[in-house]
Amino acid sequence: MEIRVLILLLLPLLLISLFVPNPTVALYEDQVGLMDWHYKYIGKVKHAVFHTQKAGRKRVVVSTEENVIASLDLRRGDIFWRHVLGKNDVIDAIDIAMGKYVISLSSKGSVLRAWNLPDGQMVWESFLQGSTLSKSFFSAPLNLKIDKDNVVLVFGKGCIHAVSCIDGEILWKNELSSESSDIQHVFQPLGSDLIYAVGFITSSKLVIYQINAKNGDLLKQSTVDFPGGFSGDLSLVSTDTLIALDSTQSKLVKISLVNGETSLLPSDIADLIDGFSGMASLLPSKLTGMLAIKINSYIVFVRVSGEDRLEVVEKINYPAAVSNSLSLLEGHYAIGLVQRSGNKIHLTVKLDSDWNSDMIKESIELGHQRGIAEKVFINDYIRTDRSPGFRALIVMEDHSLLLLQQGEIVWSREDGLASIMDTTTSELPVEKAGVSVSKVEHNLFEWLKGHILKLKGTLMLANSDDIVAIQEMRLKSSEKNKMTRDHNGFRKLLIVLTKAGKVYALHSGDGRVVWSLLLPSFRMSNTCHHPTALSIYQWQVPHHHAMDENPSVLVVGWCGFSLDSPGILSFVDSYTGKELYSSSLTHSIAQVIPLPFTDSTEQRLHLLIDADGLAHLYPRTDEAIKIFQRELPNTYWYSIDGEKGIIRGYGLQYSCLPGITDEYCFGAKELWSIVFPSESEKIIATTTRKLNEIVHTQAKVLADQDVMYKYISQNLLFVATVAPKAAGEIGSANPEESWLVAYLIDSITGRILHRVTHPACQGPVHAVFSENWVVYHYFNLRAHRYEMSVIEIYDQSRADNKDVLKLMIGKHNLTSPVSAYSRPEVIVKSQSYFFTHSVKAIAVSLTAKGITSKQLLIGTIGDQVLALDKRYVDPRRSINPTPSEKEEGIIPLTDSLPIIPQSYVTHSLQVEGLRGILSVPAKLESTSLLFAYGVDLFFTRIAPSRTYDSLTEDFSYALLLITIVALVASIFVTWVLSEKKELREKWRVLLLFLFHPVDSY
Amino acid sequence: MEKGKGVVGRRWAIDFNESSSLSLRDIPDPPGYARASQDQDDSTVTRKKDAESNWKSEKAWEVAMAPVKNLLMMAFMMWMAGSTVHLFSIGITFSALWQPISALQGVGKVFEPYKDSKVDILTPKLLFIALNMAGLGLGVWKLNTLGLLPTHASDWVSSLPPAQEVEYAGGFYR
Repeated sequence: MEIRVLILLLLPLLLISLFVPNPTVALYEDQVGLMDWHYKYIGKVKHAVFHTQKAGRKRVVVSTEENVIASLDLRRGDIFWRHVLGKNDVIDAIDIAMGKYVISLSSKGSVLRAWNLPDGQMVWESFLQGSTLSKSFFSAPLNLKIDKDNVVLVFGKGCIHAVSCIDGEILWKNELSSESSDIQHVFQPLGSDLIYAVGFITSSKLVIYQINAKNGDLLKQSTVDFPGGFSGDLSLVSTDTLIALDSTQSKLVKISLVNGETSLLPSDIADLIDGFSGMASLLPSKLTGMLAIKINSYIVFVRVSGEDRLEVVEKINYPAAVSNSLSLLEGHYAIGLVQRSGNKIHLTVKLDSDWNSDMIKESIELGHQRGIAEKVFINDYIRTDRSPGFRALIVMEDHSLLLLQQGEIVWSREDGLASIMDTTTSELPVEKAGVSVSKVEHNLFEWLKGHILKLKGTLMLANSDDIVAIQEMRLKSSEKNKMTRDHNGFRKLLIVLTKAGKVYALHSGDGRVVWSLLLPSFRMSNTCHHPTALSIYQWQVPHHHAMDENPSVLVVGWCGFSLDSPGILSFVDSYTGKELYSSSLTHSIAQVIPLPFTDSTEQRLHLLIDADGLAHLYPRTDEAIKIFQRELPNTYWYSIDGEKGIIRGYGLQYSCLPGITDEYCFGAKELWSIVFPSESEKIIATTTRKLNEIVHTQAKVLADQDVMYKYISQNLLFVATVAPKAAGEIGSANPEESWLVAYLIDSITGRILHRVTHPACQGPVHAVFSENWVVYHYFNLRAHRYEMSVIEIYDQSRADNKDVLKLMIGKHNLTSPVSAYSRPEVIVKSQSYFFTHSVKAIAVSLTAKGITSKQLLIGTIGDQVLALDKRYVDPRRSINPTPSEKEEGIIPLTDSLPIIPQSYVTHSLQVEGLRGILSVPAKLESTSLLFAYGVDLFFTRIAPSRTYDSLTEDFSYALLLITIVALVASIFVTWVLSEKKELREKWRVLLLFLFHPVDSY
Repeated sequence: MEKGKGVVGRRWAIDFNESSSLSLRDIPDPPGYARASQDQDDSTVTRKKDAESNWKSEKAWEVAMAPVKNLLMMAFMMWMAGSTVHLFSIGITFSALWQPISALQGVGKVFEPYKDSKVDILTPKLLFIALNMAGLGLGVWKLNTLGLLPTHASDWVSSLPPAQEVEYAGGFYR
């Protein structure tokens, strides 16, 4: 009822917004940053190359696992420039050539690019052809020149290419992989015109190619058999010595290439190290004259010197990062080591020639939240006192990046946030009586100054400096950054789970990290070697009666990479960021199904389905089981097997497995299955409605007062299939042999409610399901354009509920619970439109009560988020809408969806590598919070129907106040005046009467 | 004129209560003016009374018919206002509703002056009420054409929450 009143009050406003033809949500220039924030990240660093020449800015060029090449400022860690390569363009190696180009090799050794070092402009790009898959790497030797050209030697796809540094021209090419050889190293001995390529053909055959560096001719190919077989590890120690491991991983094999002759010399590791047992492996660090061997929980440094001598120089505890050797003056090499003990990390830099004394030994206090060091890159510089100094770039376990110099952390970057796996949100704590707001204002003077500035701005007296100051003040507004819940629900905690198994809580006001936790249960341990964090769920959301408890989230992961590895659960307090408890499960986790029930402490019941199809109930309490047993007959689950093309629906039964008495475990019985014929259809996309979506009404009222009843069901599943031939990339299939089929399936009964075929269309399909409609995006091969289609489902069986009297007295069954087994009669309306962009992600705006109209949030190929009004994808659009339809807000049909530049919610920013868009309702009905993540993070507020329920930011409260005061004053004045006048009048009458007495009759 | 009688030291005083002091009876009528007195003959009185009651009933009918003009005017205004909801049409509709209601509230008072034992004011009163009801009806009809009356099924279901579902299913893609 309250809402109805609200609607009545807001009706004029809503109507006004309906009549505005294009409700754009554009910002003014000075509003940028007021309610949005954007952070740039790069991801976990794989390679780093320092560029610290004397002149110019000191920088480090890095490539990351998010396929980013970036140049970072060594002083502050800022990004000078950055390029995000595509999802499939994995960077294999980077280096700096000629002191001015950054060379990058990507896409499995097939794309070589040069970037200008100062500004990141691409200079050239070369596509390298090859036939086989192989390891890919390149080297930019300083001394190798062909016709005065600096040359990059690239090995990739089984070929060696010599590419000119100047323009990327391929000077020569040699295809080595006549057989299935696995080339490990390509190198050029100093001062020689020969290039060696060393690898394995089979596990027991070593192959060495000698190539003329000038023209790429193959001079010699020799193979050496080693009866013991190789494990595959091969380390280049010097230009004529390599060390390999044998297949038992207990012997080192020294390979010498002297004068073109190859000799193998095996030696037992046990001879080198006392008490060696088990398996050894070579660390991938490139050391000169040395190698690092990992044995159990140790790293052993072995020096290779002289003819055949191997000697152990040091043995350190395993979790340690070893840098490549850095060549210093006078032929020395430095090696950096980073180890961790307690809450300190220790950086040691050693000289290869003088191992016993450390060049640098530093210990730095570092909290536990960053884990161990995974990689270290060192760089030398000359201190002011002319002594050699070292700086170290360290990649930590949580993917953060630190720069250490002179025993201090110069800067750190939270680059783990570039690889977000899953996100959820949490409310902030309620404001308590003791917390004072004024604390945030520094002092009275500051406060006064601020207000005077604001006043100046309002009265247009401010000069340009003042305007800058005002803008800064607006941006730093303390109001939006408070750590308490606000009335409008704009302030929230965004809880994100990253690939490293770290959980961050970000404040929605400015995106700062409130707390972060490297989950202890998701770290490598003896029981679990490869923990993988998967997803995050709201576990406990206290409201009403459990208000004093903190909310908590559930992090789900696997101990391993596959579906049947045992699961890990971790429960984290959303306010404090502490792990409450964790459990390693005995069963696997194929899927987590949050149930729509909570127990008395507001813990949500979750059903964990394991790989064998057994359901496990969490939390494991008696109360939970009591609640669940009541609902068990009505709980179902389904699994979609994309490979086989089968969707199966299951019901639950009380017993788990025969012979096992676990009351929290429930067996499954298959109820239905839909088998897609594998020769004609392949599942490529599925989607369902969001569990937390709130729908305001089941009726859709048309302009002529007619009603259509939406078919609203939580259990609808949208499935898109394509022809198997067209499952690949766009252009891989003819229009005749490709089609796309969209299904709407009831996931309780397996009933197909609707099926539609789009001929000559193919994926990738991105779909979003909300209320009673689904919108999906695909490619039309005939039209050579992307298309978007909408399907709306209406319940025909409710359509005859039109008796006003019955509705008035509430005699209808529209709100009584419905079962999926009562056969629904649905009608479907659909329409398709062309859409210019290809899409990376698609979501829909969610609001608190679902009254506000919806916007589709489309992550475009340009890494921006476009807000498209749902009214544009309305199947009731027609070319000539009737006046009543126009009044309803139906837009005349056009063949393509308009892209209005002002409706980009990311305005001028790009969310590089966009992967997901999350929409969270604020408490204010008109407003929805939007969080877009990829390599970058972006957050803003959107109001799909404008903020009809609150005043805008620039509303002049002062004017309102002045008006009210003026009105009150004028009322008072006129009242006084009228009183006076009345009195005067009375006197006048009296006096008149007195002096001119007349007859009263 | 007896002024300041019995009061010592007062120059003058007027006693309004003492009507005798201003009694008009003491003053002779002006020439040609015949004061109607109690002792005049009955026939003149009845004639006079008849005339008055005639006049009163005439007036009552006039009053009763007054809303017709109003009604026509309202109808014209409504036609001018159109059938979309905006400030003008809402204002007119509400005034069209308010006028008859306030008139009906004051129906006793309107006919008060014409109350007479001989005058039949019931019929004009009924006519008045009927006409105002018609005006009210017109207003309500206008309200309905504006779509502000819950007379359609859509008005009753527009905020009905979706029906709850008995079953619940979750699932996954692998």
